[in-house]
Amino acid sequence: MDTLLQVLLDGILNGMLYALVAVGLCLIWGVMDVINFAHGEYVMIAMYVTYWLGFLANVDPLISMFAGGLFIFILGALTYRLIIKYTIGKPPLSALLATFGLAMLLKNLCLNQFTPNFRILSNTWLGDKTFQLGALIVPVPQLVTALVALVVVGLTFYVVRSTRCGWAIQATAMDKEAAELMGINTERIYLLVFGIGGATVGLAGGIMPTYLAVHPEVGTMFSLIAFICVAMGGFGSIPGALVAAILIGVVEALGGYYIAPVFKYVAVFGLYLAVVFLRPKGIFGW
Amino acid sequence: MVTPMHHGALKRKDLFWLALVALMALVPAVSVITANSFLMHVLILILLFASMAQAWNIIGGYGGQTSFGHSVFFGIGAYGAGMAVVTYGLSPWPGIGVGMLAAAAVAVLISYPCFKLSGHYFAIATFAIVEIFNRLFLVWYWVGGALGLDYPMVEEGLANLMWYDSKTGYYYCALVLFALIFGIVRFLEGHRFGYYLRAVREGQETAESLGVNSTAVKLTAMALSAALAGLCGAFFVQYNLRVDPGMVMSLDMSMKFVLVTILGGAGTLAGPLLGAAVLIPLQEYTRALWGGLGGGVDLIVFGVLIIVIVVKQPAGISGIVRDIAKRFRRPADAKGGTSVGTA
Repeated sequence: MDTLLQVLLDGILNGMLYALVAVGLCLIWGVMDVINFAHGEYVMIAMYVTYWLGFLANVDPLISMFAGGLFIFILGALTYRLIIKYTIGKPPLSALLATFGLAMLLKNLCLNQFTPNFRILSNTWLGDKTFQLGALIVPVPQLVTALVALVVVGLTFYVVRSTRCGWAIQATAMDKEAAELMGINTERIYLLVFGIGGATVGLAGGIMPTYLAVHPEVGTMFSLIAFICVAMGGFGSIPGALVAAILIGVVEALGGYYIAPVFKYVAVFGLYLAVVFLRPKGIFGW
Repeated sequence: MVTPMHHGALKRKDLFWLALVALMALVPAVSVITANSFLMHVLILILLFASMAQAWNIIGGYGGQTSFGHSVFFGIGAYGAGMAVVTYGLSPWPGIGVGMLAAAAVAVLISYPCFKLSGHYFAIATFAIVEIFNRLFLVWYWVGGALGLDYPMVEEGLANLMWYDSKTGYYYCALVLFALIFGIVRFLEGHRFGYYLRAVREGQETAESLGVNSTAVKLTAMALSAALAGLCGAFFVQYNLRVDPGMVMSLDMSMKFVLVTILGGAGTLAGPLLGAAVLIPLQEYTRALWGGLGGGVDLIVFGVLIIVIVVKQPAGISGIVRDIAKRFRRPADAKGGTSVGTA
């Protein structure tokens, strides 16, 4: 029983991290109907940003994650300006393929510059700290990440739902031309959406080097997990992505512990297939 | 109303392809080329990837169903041949047959539920399937698990589909593969089934209202595409003399099917060949040139190229070729332009 609870706790905490990674993709997908294949590479680059800030300047990831967020905000906006902008209105796969090219470029640029070595920060504030909660062992870095995830996902949801800027984003998502006629600068909205999407995933990558190793291949799996979170949650639904992410984290932990570690992704991807075969537009999709 | 014009155009087009294959069959006669083993390797890979892309093109280009799952079918074909040789000590040929059938069967089983999904949901489902198959093959003892299958030394020749000292045998096999798959797609283009398939791509409801059974059409196209992808996989493993799950059943391999076709020009007969003829030499020569510079430089170049082509010319390289051809043709003949338009 205690083991089950421990596995569930680990799964939920990991799921919150996935939610933090996925929320930006969810926003981009919901507003622009674009799958950004370089999403996981954004995570990887943000991880390198905080890793190097920690390694060279001794800045803790808890602070430098904001630098990671800012960096990916800029990278996201640049991605929109230089690539995505030209794929809008072209065949639906264009953006996916172009961002696949971008992912390849970013991954190999990091491979070339930073070597394939695994790197992890030691002596961070959160370090390997844990505390007991009854019979459970709670890892502090994961817990803090989960809290950051809750705040960021909640804030993103609030901004989209209840601010003027968010209304403009929603209007653009619903009908681009009508939104333009109402005086919304949709070009700027797209840029902003890519920037915000980048910033959230930058924060996710920024906090990770506390407890996860950085290497050029780290992003690929995050891309896939983020796709599945968003698709499973339902087209552009932020609460849906959060629920799906936690579900994925739990299934991954259960599958990894009770079947075999190699089966954790089989369980996760199997879950996605089971969900979309029953509900072809995802849990919260319509 | 278009029949006379149409037939003339078709014949000219077929002659071009026959001449191309004949010309390629003569390549090994040039000793300068055969002496350059790297060049032969690049030519074989161009033919292989053009064939793979053409197999994908059936369902992905003509059928409009963007599958990122073709590395699964490719892998099943590869394992069919590999297991016949390594596990059972047979000739690869029966394994190739079984592998192709298994690939088609798996494709139908997977696609039936997946075809109910639309757009990105379908694409992501096919990603998920690749990851599942990859993990299952990694731990499946019967197929060699993560270690994969290493070929033993057997007698070279067509019976074992294996050659050691010269690449000429492989080159001809790749050419046969290429001619076979391009021939099948060329036949489909003019056949009733090909029209059904394109009708389903352009509008499933419209096609169904005209009496086309869209599910049956898509499933048949997927089965054919998967079986041919499996055949390509079998050739790949015979050429590499080794197979493991990461080599054949991976997202990167799936992406190659899609990239070569789309960058060449999806839904066109020439697209897969154009895509392979541009991308494969680029990949191989940049790797040979810069592969040692701390790694990754070749793939950086490749990534940039993908972005540039997608952003600049969504119709792919065949679109670029068409633009250039149009520029040259315009002053010469004004009335013959229609035959190009229908092609």
